[in-house]
Amino acid sequence: MRLARGITAVAAITALALASACGSSSSGAGDANRNEDAKSVNLTIATNAIAGGKNDQEAAWINDYVIPGFVKQMKAKGITATVKFQPSGVDDEKYKAKQSLDLKTRSGADIMSLDGIWVGEFAQAGYILPLDKVVGAAADGWDGWAQIADSVKANTTFEDKLYGIPAGTDGRVLFYNKKLFQKAGLPADWQPTSWAEILDAGRALKKLPGVAPLQIDAGTAMGEATTMQGTLPLLVGTGAEIFQDGKWQGASQPVRDVLEFYKAIYGGGLGDKSYQQGAKGRDESFAGFAKGKVGVLLESDYFWRSVVNPDNGVAPMASRDADVGYALLPAKAPGSGVGGQDFVSMSGGAGYFLNPNTKYPQQAWELMTFMNSPEAIKAAIADQARITARDDVNKQVLGGDPMLSLISEKVLPITKFRPGLAVYPQVSVALQQATADIVSGKSVDEAAATYQKAVEKAVGGAGNVSSGS
Amino acid sequence: MAAQATSAAAPETDAAGLGKARATAFVTPALLLVGAFLVFPALWTLYLGITDYRLTGIAAADPQIVGLQNYTDALTDPQFRNALALTLLFVLGSAIVGQTVLGFSIAWSMRAVPKTVKTVVESLVLLAWILPSSIVAFLWIAYLNRDNGTLNSVLGTSGFDWLLGHPMLSIIVFNTWRGTAFSMLLFSAALNAVPPSQLETARLAGADTFAQFRDVVFPHIRGHVLTNTLLISLWTFNDFSPYLLTAGGPNHASETLPVYIYNSALYSGELGYGSAISLIMLLINLLIAVFYLRLLKDRRS
Repeated sequence: MRLARGITAVAAITALALASACGSSSSGAGDANRNEDAKSVNLTIATNAIAGGKNDQEAAWINDYVIPGFVKQMKAKGITATVKFQPSGVDDEKYKAKQSLDLKTRSGADIMSLDGIWVGEFAQAGYILPLDKVVGAAADGWDGWAQIADSVKANTTFEDKLYGIPAGTDGRVLFYNKKLFQKAGLPADWQPTSWAEILDAGRALKKLPGVAPLQIDAGTAMGEATTMQGTLPLLVGTGAEIFQDGKWQGASQPVRDVLEFYKAIYGGGLGDKSYQQGAKGRDESFAGFAKGKVGVLLESDYFWRSVVNPDNGVAPMASRDADVGYALLPAKAPGSGVGGQDFVSMSGGAGYFLNPNTKYPQQAWELMTFMNSPEAIKAAIADQARITARDDVNKQVLGGDPMLSLISEKVLPITKFRPGLAVYPQVSVALQQATADIVSGKSVDEAAATYQKAVEKAVGGAGNVSSGS
Repeated sequence: MAAQATSAAAPETDAAGLGKARATAFVTPALLLVGAFLVFPALWTLYLGITDYRLTGIAAADPQIVGLQNYTDALTDPQFRNALALTLLFVLGSAIVGQTVLGFSIAWSMRAVPKTVKTVVESLVLLAWILPSSIVAFLWIAYLNRDNGTLNSVLGTSGFDWLLGHPMLSIIVFNTWRGTAFSMLLFSAALNAVPPSQLETARLAGADTFAQFRDVVFPHIRGHVLTNTLLISLWTFNDFSPYLLTAGGPNHASETLPVYIYNSALYSGELGYGSAISLIMLLINLLIAVFYLRLLKDRRS
């Protein structure tokens, strides 16, 4: 019968398609030297930057510096290179979905910029591969590696393997208003050595009317800022990391210590709760600091560069250089930080990665190293001081900015990075919720219990969570 | 396909005289296309729905079968129930009430106006229907803009963010505006089928407008009303355009099922879970269709 035959045909197609779909899910790099002698090369770079929109400066750099420069460099070798820029100007999560779909279907740009915290989930999915698998021995031979600190390399590292070249980083310190400090009788060159000393300064500042003494980001409205400028830097100050020895921190003693610190601030009138709860709380806290209404604020160097910067900040302070002090973030007590450190920090940052399915692995690698050469990076940051991944460039561009050279010299060597695992964002949300609970007046026990449950659900059961001390 | 099956089962009705072999040759390309683009994706979705497949991470490389976990998760997830309720509200508000009523009103009032007026009105309504979604979304975002949007200028409510303040109302009005053309066209055609003599008789007998509509017009267009409601309900139920305006926000307040599936499957990367909800949505679609088809059948028998 015709219908029966039709069904057989459909079934056959289905079986075929299933087989091919399953077959394509295995991944592996091909020959690292494929097409290495090609006389004509096509390469594409994808970043979340677009001319006239998001990260305009980066888009202009790729179009005006990287592409013509690389084409010229290849031409000198007698190779015709065609390099295209694939711009995006969207939310990070959307950009991430686009790149993962591209990689999943074995297409996409040859070089792509990815956030460091995505590396784990992309690597686990087989979307990206360690550099030595993609380009072979050439990966280790790059002279730039010597200029990049190990802590910064962590940004593009997963399970001890390098997947890409880090594009720069940041570090977290305490910013404080020297004028308020003077009024409160605190030293102008303040450097606390324990959490207790931060709280002491907070209590002194509390005497000033209309001043929120301490601003440690909390709550869910702040999103990842709560995690990166709050819970995680504090957590490493207790000697623990959020993901340690293969387990996630549950309601362990370190997490409780962090929540106790939050309780001391927001339960003790040492912080402004509305900054933590409002939809635009983070921006308001920045504006508050610029107006002299916030005493101490924990932030990354982004705050110095782009928030209170008198030239182009979002909350500019004309007297920044004179009035804004900065101090390293102390561990809970001297020596109690992770690795026995006295001071701690957390860092993030993106990197450039090679598509394992590129037609021209060697040439793509050459382009990527070209993009990360000292000259290219200097061109990328133009005249704006910023911490790049390279020590040699940092030495030249950060010299004129004492704050940024402090980050580069004192903070980056001691900083820690977030675990690049797929479930990290869910754990991050659980941490934010725990601080939101504290701000809204719940006890540390209640917040910790809710957190424990959320983490167990996120990471697949209590077996993956450490709850002891 | 049903017709083909009947003819295969009863060769004596082989009106075309093709014979089995040639008939098969004719049907095969169509069946292949249906198989490749409809049956296979459906089966694949069914398979994904019982796995923990994700966009990234270990589960992307090596998905595990989790049985009905995704389905039980969905049915107990308050977010899913929220999405389902919002979808029903969206269908009721923008399709069943909004588009049907507005479409009928326009069709009804355009019967007696000069031809030029009719052409202009119908063209404008049609324009809303045929413009690409992305362009329309951009226009509406500008229209509802908080700081210098047209609506705020007209109402003098500068500073009010409609998409944040009234997200569901915004997308319901938007979709009513967007989709009214179909109902209008269908009802215009249907109203032409109402014999003027019957209306005249009713008027002479002293029936008021509502009575005329209920006793003369409606019986003639009942089938059209059902067909129209079925189609626009299904379209609206599956409509993704609200995403372009609100992306489901703020805080899930306008997250209809298609948006919820997108947010789960692609934004959060839970492809397995997204597939499971898709299947649930398909079943709801079938339920709606069966309900209307039963109504139609009752009418015919």
